[in-house]
Amino acid sequence: MKCENCNNSQATVHLTEIKAGKKIEKHLCEACASQIEGIGAAVKGHQPINELLTNFVMAHSGLAKEQVANCEDCGMSWAEFRQSGLLGCANDYKVFERELAPLIQRAHEGATHHIGKVPSRGQPVGVPARRRTVDMDRLRKDLARAVEAEDYERAAKIRDQIRLADQE
Amino acid sequence: MKLSDLATRAGEWLRGDGPLSEIVISSRIRLARNVAGHNFLSRCTRAQRNTVEHKTRAAILAAGDLVAKNLFYVDLADAPEIDRQLLVERHLISKPHAQAEGSRGVAVGEDESVSIMVNEEDHLRLQVLRSGLQLEEAWELINKIDDTLERTLDFAFNPRFGYLTACPTNVGTGIRVSVMLHLPALKLTGDIERVFRAAKDMRLAVRGLYGEGTEATGDFYQISNQTTLGKVEEDIIQDFKHVVIPKIIDYEHHARRTLLSERTAVLDDKVFRAVGLLRSARLLTSEEVLSALSHLRLGMNLGRIKDIQVRTINEILLLTQPAHLQKMLAKKVEGDARRSARADFVRQKLGSA
Ligand SMILES: [Zn+2]
Ligand SMILES: [Zn+2]
Repeated sequence: MKCENCNNSQATVHLTEIKAGKKIEKHLCEACASQIEGIGAAVKGHQPINELLTNFVMAHSGLAKEQVANCEDCGMSWAEFRQSGLLGCANDYKVFERELAPLIQRAHEGATHHIGKVPSRGQPVGVPARRRTVDMDRLRKDLARAVEAEDYERAAKIRDQIRLADQE
Repeated sequence: MKLSDLATRAGEWLRGDGPLSEIVISSRIRLARNVAGHNFLSRCTRAQRNTVEHKTRAAILAAGDLVAKNLFYVDLADAPEIDRQLLVERHLISKPHAQAEGSRGVAVGEDESVSIMVNEEDHLRLQVLRSGLQLEEAWELINKIDDTLERTLDFAFNPRFGYLTACPTNVGTGIRVSVMLHLPALKLTGDIERVFRAAKDMRLAVRGLYGEGTEATGDFYQISNQTTLGKVEEDIIQDFKHVVIPKIIDYEHHARRTLLSERTAVLDDKVFRAVGLLRSARLLTSEEVLSALSHLRLGMNLGRIKDIQVRTINEILLLTQPAHLQKMLAKKVEGDARRSARADFVRQKLGSA
């Protein structure tokens, strides 16, 4: 699909804008998309990562000149990832860690690390401990929420869970 | 259990009950997983893609009842277009998965609350669907299924970024929590824009009935999280249950009350026009049916009409879609013939005027 704006480059950014309940679709190339302000609420395809990439690359324009090695497992290059928005293998997260980290951070409300579920197989020692502190954190947040929602039955249950966890 | 058995009935999750079902149609959780030691799909040769499909399919089928009761697998590379479209209409696979090429498939449990897409954007996309607002129940089930599969499949995981996905926007938990909401009153009062803005502020995506890039036809909206890293799964779910969804439900309830007390004529006009259309029309498009059913559902929830069941509405919603209609008629029908068959089916379900 060609870019609707310049009718020249390949459209890689797909936007869905909602104006007064009407949906307007736009298919643009990365260059034209970067010119547009106030992108609408709903978004489709890999638009978020494309948008982030555009912003990021513009902000760090020195980066393009710097050579990043390709992934030795799947052959993926940084430039190719920028085109498609899709990585080629698990190893890419290591090879491109430095380049990916700021993108990922912007896509995930500033988060830099995973704190959720961990596979039980081949799990490194020490991980369950981290998980437990996270759970305590969550319990406290849940408690605050339950109180706020005046769900006292639930609040009492959570309080008991916290007490129990504290005694361990 | 086979695909054609599905075509004439609605899935368990479309029962039309469950908590807050007057506004919440369904709750869905998806998990993205990739098998360690295999390239992601964009970097797979045809042979590698086959290998991933064989390996994951075998693992899912071997787990059997632990994944879902009477599990069956549809090989999508072989499936005719109408079957793939049927699965999209039932929310069991995504549109891109239906239209893709190469070896891929979907495993579906008998009651359709569980489905697993194989070789979509990631090697595995697990899905649990429930009627009404049942996110915790959905999470409990999908978490268990994930654990089960993990006994035989080693998922790509790294300590910093969590579960590794082809697109970095899904990395970490790989979780996508979606709630399908029916917001007709907010649409009628024009306040739906407020919901969009609020959702955007909360970093949520708003989509139509069939996910990415689809219209919000018939006032049905899917709200889903976009942040998958740096949060615990249970927190994302609790946010939906205790913050996001109650807020939107409050807006919709308020709009419904306003319509009922201040704009009764407008409300009733919409509702009874919809009843009239559905019970009288001889040719109906999908869009007409969706939009009329939306008003019918609203009228029912507000006690304006009493002789129609939610279940009937949900059945019509599902079974009048193009692939379902054609499966039911056991032939390819288009244009006026299809619209006529749709109108006949609707009148048969609702009774003629
Ligand atoms: Zn352009
Ligand atoms: Zn790679």
